[in-house]
Amino acid sequence: MLLAVLLPFIIAIFIPLLSKWKNEFHTGFVATAVPVVIFIYFVQFLGAGFEPVTQEYSWVPSLDMNLVFHLDGLSLLFVLLISGIGSLVAFYSIYYLHKSEQLGHFYVYFLLFMGSMLGVVLSDNVFVLYTFWEFTSLSSFLLIGFWNYREASRYGALKSMLITVFGGLSLLGGLVFLSVITNTTSIQEMLSQQELILNHEFFPLILGFILLGAFTKSAQFPFHIWLPDAMEAPTPVSAYLHSATMVKAGIFLVARFSPMLSSSEWFFIIVSTVGIATLCWGSYMAVRQTDLKAILAFSTISQLGMIMAMLGFGTEIAIFAAVFHILNHATFKGSLFMVAGIVDHETGTRDIRKLGGLMTFLPITATLAIFGTFSMAGVPLPFLNGFYSKEFFFDASLHLESATSGLAGVLQTLIPYLAVFGSIFTFVYSMYFFFGTFRGQADIKKLPKKPHEAPVGMLISPIVLVAGVIIIGLFPSLINKPFIEHAASAVGGTTITEDIYFWHGIIPPFIMSIAVLVFGTILYLTRTKWQAVYRAVPGKLSLNKFYDGLVDRTENYSVIVTNGYMNGSLGRYVRLILSAILIVTFSVMAFTGGFSMEFNNLSEVTIPESIIAALMIVAAVGASIANKRIAAILILGVVGYGLAMLFVLYRAPDLALTQFIIETVTVALFLLVFRHLPDLEVRKDSVLTNSLNLVLSIGFGLLLTMIAISAHSNKLFNSISSYFVDNSYKLGGGDNIVNVILVDFRGLDTLFEIAVLGIAAMAIYSLIRLGRKKEE
Amino acid sequence: MEQTLEVTRAFVNIAAVISIIGVSISVLLLLYRVLFGPSNPDRILAVDGLGVNVMGLAGILAILLVTNQLNDVILLIGILLFIGTIALAKFIEKGVIIDRDMD
Repeated sequence: MLLAVLLPFIIAIFIPLLSKWKNEFHTGFVATAVPVVIFIYFVQFLGAGFEPVTQEYSWVPSLDMNLVFHLDGLSLLFVLLISGIGSLVAFYSIYYLHKSEQLGHFYVYFLLFMGSMLGVVLSDNVFVLYTFWEFTSLSSFLLIGFWNYREASRYGALKSMLITVFGGLSLLGGLVFLSVITNTTSIQEMLSQQELILNHEFFPLILGFILLGAFTKSAQFPFHIWLPDAMEAPTPVSAYLHSATMVKAGIFLVARFSPMLSSSEWFFIIVSTVGIATLCWGSYMAVRQTDLKAILAFSTISQLGMIMAMLGFGTEIAIFAAVFHILNHATFKGSLFMVAGIVDHETGTRDIRKLGGLMTFLPITATLAIFGTFSMAGVPLPFLNGFYSKEFFFDASLHLESATSGLAGVLQTLIPYLAVFGSIFTFVYSMYFFFGTFRGQADIKKLPKKPHEAPVGMLISPIVLVAGVIIIGLFPSLINKPFIEHAASAVGGTTITEDIYFWHGIIPPFIMSIAVLVFGTILYLTRTKWQAVYRAVPGKLSLNKFYDGLVDRTENYSVIVTNGYMNGSLGRYVRLILSAILIVTFSVMAFTGGFSMEFNNLSEVTIPESIIAALMIVAAVGASIANKRIAAILILGVVGYGLAMLFVLYRAPDLALTQFIIETVTVALFLLVFRHLPDLEVRKDSVLTNSLNLVLSIGFGLLLTMIAISAHSNKLFNSISSYFVDNSYKLGGGDNIVNVILVDFRGLDTLFEIAVLGIAAMAIYSLIRLGRKKEE
Repeated sequence: MEQTLEVTRAFVNIAAVISIIGVSISVLLLLYRVLFGPSNPDRILAVDGLGVNVMGLAGILAILLVTNQLNDVILLIGILLFIGTIALAKFIEKGVIIDRDMD
């Protein structure tokens, strides 16, 4: 299985090489072969006696991150969808993408995506799952922005990236919680520790994080807004990623974790509500669209909402229906996207207002579209798979098993009505999609191209998918036992068997289907009369506007905030640094009782040091108020000499020597640069700044004084200086203890201080030299 | 003998303290000149004077502390004062301290 997951990545490495010969040989043929091979490999697992398979390959064993692949019914369903539809889409893209396009880029992204999607559905290790999850976001971003010279493509790519990565990070949070709580990184082992997780105090967080990840990926309300903008991608990408595979990754995630999470009432409430809301909103909005792909995008949103809602119901029949509908949706939606691509390719427009009457020009495409749209609408015909899953959906919505009181109870009564409401609009936009494009008055002159039937190669993939629609429709039990039931059992955690019949008799689900049919037809025929309702709802309220506003405002406010403190004034930065130090240190010291004053071990104050201290204070104050540079430097020199005198007083002749020299050299250096400096100006700061400066400097001085006093009062250990005194001559061979420490006991420090001086000297030299060269 | 030494030490100490006070007074007066000296040459001279006083102070302190470790310091101050004052004077006069080569 490792090879199957890695095969797309490996082939992707060679794609750029192959794309050099794209004129002789379309790169897509190689890209088609990969999923075909994978499909053939996985199709062998199919059968009534299927048993889950687990394979493990080491990756980072010390962190318990290994490539563990677990193939159960659910993974098998997804793997076959990914590789099967992947083959068809890759084949379709050979005819859809012209050789003048950047085929190398396209197929690299495409194979990257396929490999990571396979990784997502097969991984048993949560971190490997997350890795592949982010890979799908990344490759989807690249594919949406494939035509990166278009503004709209870049916008759509960025939007989908921001939203799905936001969800992906939240998913990572949930997964980390899970792996910390259960002490394992394997999903299967987590599922077996359900009790522990459900009763853990962090369970709401886990549920929220994981569902947020799933909802953003699967374009659930209100995170659905990225999907319509992702339609800027080439149509094969839309067909593959944004109808059949990537948007189902969130569904997969919910299904994968539902044996663990579904026992919680909140799982039912959140997932069902979001799913139903997405179903209704998506189908309601789809009717409003004028672009074929936009209709399909909102349709995908709504169908995903339906699957999500069924997973939320959590009853056996609902899970079965959800899994069944995953398969059905992938078949008919994939074919419809390809149909939209053909229409676009052959007429030059996707605007449904310009299209119409294409049935005679594109007879095969129109036939394919009929099956696709009618299956999507759930029209009760015995050869359409959409009808079966829709009826299961109605059935499931009527047989909810959860509590009858509180929020869940209210939901339970509402859900069947909402389901019918959403389905009516599904019917309306399905009819609109078909009849708007293929029936009505043909207006050929308005079209950019003269329409004619698509090439055979382009038709093969949708034909295969529609054949799937019909085969599943005619012989539902053919795939039921060997395929769907295993998947449903993997989701439900128990063995689920349902029989798929076309005719159940006159039972409530069938009546609901008929109601959808009747109301849908009425609404479709009177479409023009109630279109005005879209001006009231959503009217001006739009989630896209909210998103745009959010992105724009985030940027604007970030700019304002950054400009607020980063104005280029060093004075302000120093003020900020000092206040931060002041506040933090002062609070820490104050709250931990760090300030203490003891006066029992002080030495006597003598007259000479008081005189020198007074001298230094006067000079320091004088330096800070001097209004001429040279005066300030000279006065500062007095402070330096005072310090040197203190060293003399405290019996540190070496320090005093150094201090005298350094002070003189510093004064001389100041004199050297003086000539190049402007006169010291009286700064025209506001009173506020000045008083702030005063407060800060006084506060800082006070803080350091108090720390020094406290440090002196809190002597915890004896000094180690007696060792140096004792051993300076014995071990170091010198009487001058300071110098022995500098070059013997602690010689390493001296070495690096020499290095510092050397670096400074070289820096000054090079600054001067380079500066001169620039002048020349 | 012992007593004589004791008396001498006390005498030297008293003399040293008196000298310190004297030097300090002159230091304070010089400080006034450094801070408020109307012109920069005034300040330079005052700093030079300060340095001489500091030399004296160091000498007296060496007597007080009974040490000969400070002799280096005193000599150094002398050299530095000379160099510093020359540098300052040259700066005041020419605006530069180190002339660039005449080429």
